[in-house]
Amino acid sequence: MTSLTSIAGPLLMGAVFGYLLQQGKVTSCNVIENQFRLRDFTVLKVMGTAIVVGGIGVLLLVDTGNTKYYVKDANMLAVALGAALFGIGMVVYGYCPGTALGAIASGSVHAAVGAFGMIVGAILYALSFDWVKAHILNVWALGKVRLPDITGVPDGVWFVALAIGAGAFFFWVEASESRAGRLRG
Amino acid sequence: MTDVAVGGARKSGRIDWSPYLVGAGIGILSWVAFAGFGDPLGVTTAFSRIASLFAVPVIGSDAVAANSYWKSMPLKWDYGVWFLVGIPLGAFLSAVISGTWRLELVPEVWRERFGPSVFKRFVAAFLGGIVIMYGARLAGGCTSGHGISGGLQLALSSWLFLAVMFATGLMVSRIMFRKA
Repeated sequence: MTSLTSIAGPLLMGAVFGYLLQQGKVTSCNVIENQFRLRDFTVLKVMGTAIVVGGIGVLLLVDTGNTKYYVKDANMLAVALGAALFGIGMVVYGYCPGTALGAIASGSVHAAVGAFGMIVGAILYALSFDWVKAHILNVWALGKVRLPDITGVPDGVWFVALAIGAGAFFFWVEASESRAGRLRG
Repeated sequence: MTDVAVGGARKSGRIDWSPYLVGAGIGILSWVAFAGFGDPLGVTTAFSRIASLFAVPVIGSDAVAANSYWKSMPLKWDYGVWFLVGIPLGAFLSAVISGTWRLELVPEVWRERFGPSVFKRFVAAFLGGIVIMYGARLAGGCTSGHGISGGLQLALSSWLFLAVMFATGLMVSRIMFRKA
């Protein structure tokens, strides 16, 4: 692997990701805030479709030996606390870390200010890491488990259920959005 | 409804891609990330690596080198860091092509609720940024690494992340946007 491909490859992957985020409108603070206010379901539409389409493909790639899973540790207390902080931060900031980078590049100055906050957050985490590791990370640590492992329900069934659930939810969202659109006239 | 949300952008241009198309695109990008690069889509790990650069003038290079977290996550120009650099490049290209690039100091939704003060919005963005990144590192990932990459692998940790993140976000949003 030459250094050119090991740089150009990930750069291109990131650029496509950023392009898609921007085209998906999720680099807009308004869209993200309105998702949490249940006024705009763009974020859930993008994430839900990505999970179903991505998951079915990755499952086939794993089954055919073309890749493996890269599952994160289920340190349940740390993940729950971290996710709660993440939820607070996402509503106050109006972005998640990836969409913030896209927003900065499309002109959102306040997103850039928040990015400095994110750097401070990363530094604070590194400084508190020893304490966190000793007291939080090992609480209810289950290892790299997947839902099929703990439920005994096979992958295929999960994805059929996810696809049907997401499809029904999106159908309902689209129906209520077009109804609201007609009312606005 | 989306039209209202991106109302500011419509003056100069607009984006017409369906969110389902975008979601499918990110899903397919995940296939390439897994099979082609052996590295699922993610943002905050690389962010932590880069943050160590900024920590040097604050706590000194010796302290950074001795820090146990950065020992496990040292600054190196790997896949994740170049991926991270690519994100703004792609978003910039998209914004310019679609004519939606614009300076935004205070977003519409924020202005409606908290007024036009730039200082207030900057302080909130800064504090929100601290909290979101601390949370992401504690949880071991963000909306990309946990939400999408972990979610599509049916990882227990990632579905716990998704559930708690959305539940907390809904609650905080309710409090924040409550009519005073």
